[in-house]
Amino acid sequence: MRVQLARLAGFAVLAFWCLFPLYWMVVSSLKGQSAILSNALLPAAPSLDNYETIFQGAHNLLYALRNSVIVAGTTTVVALLVGTSAAYAAARLPLRRRGLVLGVILAASTFPHIAIVPPLFQLFTDWGWIDTYQALVLPYVSFGLPFAIWVLYGYFRQLPWELEQAAQVDGCTPLTAFRRVVLPLAAPGVFTTAILVFVIAWNEFLLANTFSLTLASQPVTVAIARFTGGSELEQPFGPIMAAGVVVTVPLLVIVLIFQRKIIGGLTAGGLKG
Amino acid sequence: MAVTMQTAERRLGRRLLLPTTVLLVLMVGYPIVWALRLSLYSDSITGATRFLGLDNYTRALWGADAERFWSAAWNTALFTVTAGGLELVIGVAMALVMHHLGAFRGPVRAMILVPWAIPTAVAAVLWQWMLTPNGIVNDLLGRQILWTGETTAARAAIVLVDVWKTAPFVGLLVLAGLQLIPKELYESAKMDGAGALRRFTSVTLPLVAPAILVAMLFRILDLMRLYDTPAILTNGANGTTTLSLFTYQEAIDQVRFGYGSALSTLTFMLVFGVALLVIRGCGVKVFETGEGRR
Repeated sequence: MRVQLARLAGFAVLAFWCLFPLYWMVVSSLKGQSAILSNALLPAAPSLDNYETIFQGAHNLLYALRNSVIVAGTTTVVALLVGTSAAYAAARLPLRRRGLVLGVILAASTFPHIAIVPPLFQLFTDWGWIDTYQALVLPYVSFGLPFAIWVLYGYFRQLPWELEQAAQVDGCTPLTAFRRVVLPLAAPGVFTTAILVFVIAWNEFLLANTFSLTLASQPVTVAIARFTGGSELEQPFGPIMAAGVVVTVPLLVIVLIFQRKIIGGLTAGGLKG
Repeated sequence: MAVTMQTAERRLGRRLLLPTTVLLVLMVGYPIVWALRLSLYSDSITGATRFLGLDNYTRALWGADAERFWSAAWNTALFTVTAGGLELVIGVAMALVMHHLGAFRGPVRAMILVPWAIPTAVAAVLWQWMLTPNGIVNDLLGRQILWTGETTAARAAIVLVDVWKTAPFVGLLVLAGLQLIPKELYESAKMDGAGALRRFTSVTLPLVAPAILVAMLFRILDLMRLYDTPAILTNGANGTTTLSLFTYQEAIDQVRFGYGSALSTLTFMLVFGVALLVIRGCGVKVFETGEGRR
């Protein structure tokens, strides 16, 4: 009995921590312009006005959503294609200085991103890349890659070592052994990694805030941070909360559906030491 | 046969690593080196730059801008230590709670990912809203705190947002470490007469230490490049300018590529130095590179 009560208390604290801010974002987005200041835990007269506001006019959130889907989607595809190959090589092929290769890849995932912002801004200006998708996709791939390799490395090393040998006995070259035998078995890991890389690209703010100037390339994170609506004096928090819900909910749905795999991916890579 | 297979595998390995190498060199290596070059010149987008030598660096380190640079460095260190420390303590506590939740564990594992999945930019505006003077946080606390209007409160707000978003993530990593500990260890410790506290300090902590160290290394490196939260929540006002934000304001807002590149290079070297110290000092082993059967 006491154990059950303690469990309930722990559960309540964790639920409050994780869910209350999200709940507050949803509730605030449903309150009308006058009710939003009331701090009532439930909207007295729920309305979708805020959602109408963000999907009309010159700053329609649909542009930013389109940009985010294109940028994060392209980043995920490229990072996975390139990263799966590299992770396989790092995990299962004979490689001189494996530790050094892995160390460099790891260092590339943890350097402060601000370090490449001033030089890239100058280079992208020269190349006419400011406010284009590639100005975001290419750096994002380089951010997502080390992470993808790091997680996939863990998956590839868990597979039995006899796989390639058996494939080679059957006459496969190393490349066909990778494509036909190992890759299908690692598919769940690749899928999980894709979700994680997509989340990283979808959530990025620093480079997006630097290189995307207009609706042509501005992703949702920047659109929300810069959202001013019609009023210039005060931040219109109602519409901003509505935009936050729109941007977050698809991500949460994906994450909740695949939570077991995602937790596996996040921790498998992290705990190999 | 074995020898040629080995050669073919080596060749394949090099080919499979090539695209990664090219991308990382182009998008990370080259810009970092290019920044080194830019940092030696005066600021200009048009090309009419003057060679300055190390003037941009001395300006930040002990020249005209030293006060601002070091205050940004100090703020960054402060955020790293306080937020990192809180995330460690709260994360471990959350992991222990989750570990003993029984039937509640399933739903908790799902919701623990929620703060992690919310984009930092969204989390920042959400907390900005919750922390307004008449917002829900002050309402719940029964106080009138000007969260972004005063140094201590503004810093606390930045730490709060980061801890809220990341402590559950640290908790997940530590939980994974906890679940690897065999039950028998606790039983034999119990038989040897170890109390709950002793079991925690003598069995749990040493065995999850590697997981905690790796999680902390990544938290430290991540916190040292903190940008999103202060940029959105306070825009650096009231003692919340971090090194990344300071560099951004100089390089991008003020369009000072030369000086900005010097700042970005300094930030890079500081983070790199701290990373080396932590890895050396704690003996963090991030990758398992044991050669397996090969």
